[in-house]
Amino acid sequence: MTVPVDGTIRALALGAALLAAASFWLPDWVIFLATLIIAKALVVLGLLILWRAGLMSFGQALFYGVGAYAVGLAQLAFGLRDAFLLVLIGIVLAAAVAFVLGFLLARYRDIFFAMLSLAFSMILYGTLVKSATLGSTDGFAILQPRFLGLAPAGPAAKHDLFLLTLCLAAASAYLTHRYLGSPLGALTTAIRDNEIRVEYLGYSVERAIHVSYVIAAALAGAGGALVALAVGHIDPDATYWTSSGEFVFVTILSGAGSVLAPFIGSALFELLRAYAADYAPYSWQMILGFCLLLLILFLPQGVWSLVARLAPHRSRRTAAP
Amino acid sequence: MLTALTILVDGLVYSSWLFIVAVGLTLIFGVMKVLNVAHGGFYSIGAYTAAWSIGLYFEAGWAPLGSFALLILSAVVAGVVLGLALERGLLRFVYGRDEILVVLVTYAVFLILENLVLQIWGIDAYLAYQPNTLLGTTRLGGLAFSNYELMLIPLAGVVGFGLWWGLNRTRTGKILRAVIHDREMSLGMGVNVARLFTATFVIGAVLGALGGAVTAPMISVTPGIGVEVIVLAFAVVVISGLGSVPGTIIGALIVGLSRAAAVHLWPEIELFVIYAVMSAVLIMRPQGLFGRPHLRRI
Repeated sequence: MTVPVDGTIRALALGAALLAAASFWLPDWVIFLATLIIAKALVVLGLLILWRAGLMSFGQALFYGVGAYAVGLAQLAFGLRDAFLLVLIGIVLAAAVAFVLGFLLARYRDIFFAMLSLAFSMILYGTLVKSATLGSTDGFAILQPRFLGLAPAGPAAKHDLFLLTLCLAAASAYLTHRYLGSPLGALTTAIRDNEIRVEYLGYSVERAIHVSYVIAAALAGAGGALVALAVGHIDPDATYWTSSGEFVFVTILSGAGSVLAPFIGSALFELLRAYAADYAPYSWQMILGFCLLLLILFLPQGVWSLVARLAPHRSRRTAAP
Repeated sequence: MLTALTILVDGLVYSSWLFIVAVGLTLIFGVMKVLNVAHGGFYSIGAYTAAWSIGLYFEAGWAPLGSFALLILSAVVAGVVLGLALERGLLRFVYGRDEILVVLVTYAVFLILENLVLQIWGIDAYLAYQPNTLLGTTRLGGLAFSNYELMLIPLAGVVGFGLWWGLNRTRTGKILRAVIHDREMSLGMGVNVARLFTATFVIGAVLGALGGAVTAPMISVTPGIGVEVIVLAFAVVVISGLGSVPGTIIGALIVGLSRAAAVHLWPEIELFVIYAVMSAVLIMRPQGLFGRPHLRRI
């Protein structure tokens, strides 16, 4: 079987290799910020798949939170410390929850999809906040992870976690790209245009949405698990609706044009937040709000449309039709 | 028995509060098909305007009873200013766009309003307890209930009746129902839809601000109070079936009574129960209790 290589995959491989090489010289705080950016971009990558089908989940923090709490609980209950294993547990658990909820949610569209996913994420929030065994509003601390038996300390551990995040993100972006190019993935845009015609063609819309939903959840679970390991702490705020709102914001900021877009969008968002919160602590939300308004009104395809315009030969293959 | 009475009274008070807070959202969605996240911003600005002006009012030492009129007045002023500015300045440019995108536009406005509150009133808490303590308490079966909170029940009744009367018994209300039914046809019949939309949005905004203003004497008004309220209002509106005023009464009663029951019988599930009810209703009747199913386009 030959693997088709296009501009997106080339750019992805090149970007990941450059980042991995550069990370040996970058200062610790940049490594930390980059880990957060890439991990959160994974959540947005999942939302991008759903957004292609015209669905916007206002409760993606549910799976982000499941991933993060899976890491914390696996450490607490079974003493697991290996980063690979913990992230895997987060992914599997998030995907399993999405598999069950998906039977319901795949039947919903538009506002109703958004609202039901919001309700499910708020159920998790309500449970976490009131449950003393799950750490209540304080959450709990997460221990420094180990890597396949190695137990690096301090900056080395942060760097290893960054490399893990980078590899996982590159693999996820590659697989998502292949998925969106596959017949089942290509259905998502068709569903957005006219789902009844998709059914007349003999495809099951519900199944296509269900599959996309589980993939999106697995990505969000991975993101949550990685952020939990990087930050070393989890609390229920990660599952509150404002957290979901942020992911939706970054999805719109990125645009659905390419699997590379979430990484650019996430980087812009975290940098904007870091600097705005630093220089204008009482108006950074306002700055975010104005940015979101300007994006929706003047750049509805997200920042990716700017990138696509700069590189027209590449955009032909990657831009959403 | 005593617990049952407490749950009933608490539940009714809480339901009335929910109704006042959520009905503006219902009205705006019902007429304009805009799920307005900025409603949370209207709520917090209403609360701040009321708390701030009541503070000034009592400092000046005027007749204490006038503060109730001031509560209503601050809601009207805050709602009219915000509603007009938003609808005329922004929302009318995005009508007809994807519903989800319009939600995001109002989410952006919500973020802006959150910080606007900080810019105007700072991060300190505002207290406006005077109207609350002024009315004293009533003893019911050995328990003291604040009269101010009990007054929310008739207030919700007045708001609900006013909306029902306005929509069903006035000429403008009947035209508005025609617009809800078929926007294009009403436009063709010479209805000034743009002006009706502005009026509806302003009324919705005033109701949102009123929710905040009547809450101000019961809480300490701090930044971020709108964040929690907006999801609660969403829950009520979704349960009631997006855009139905009688549905909102039922939705508020279901959420209010089940929360009150949870608080008294099983406090751990207080937050859980609201969203569990919301999910259960959406699963059983996706269009909500009073909504009509949509036909799918081919």
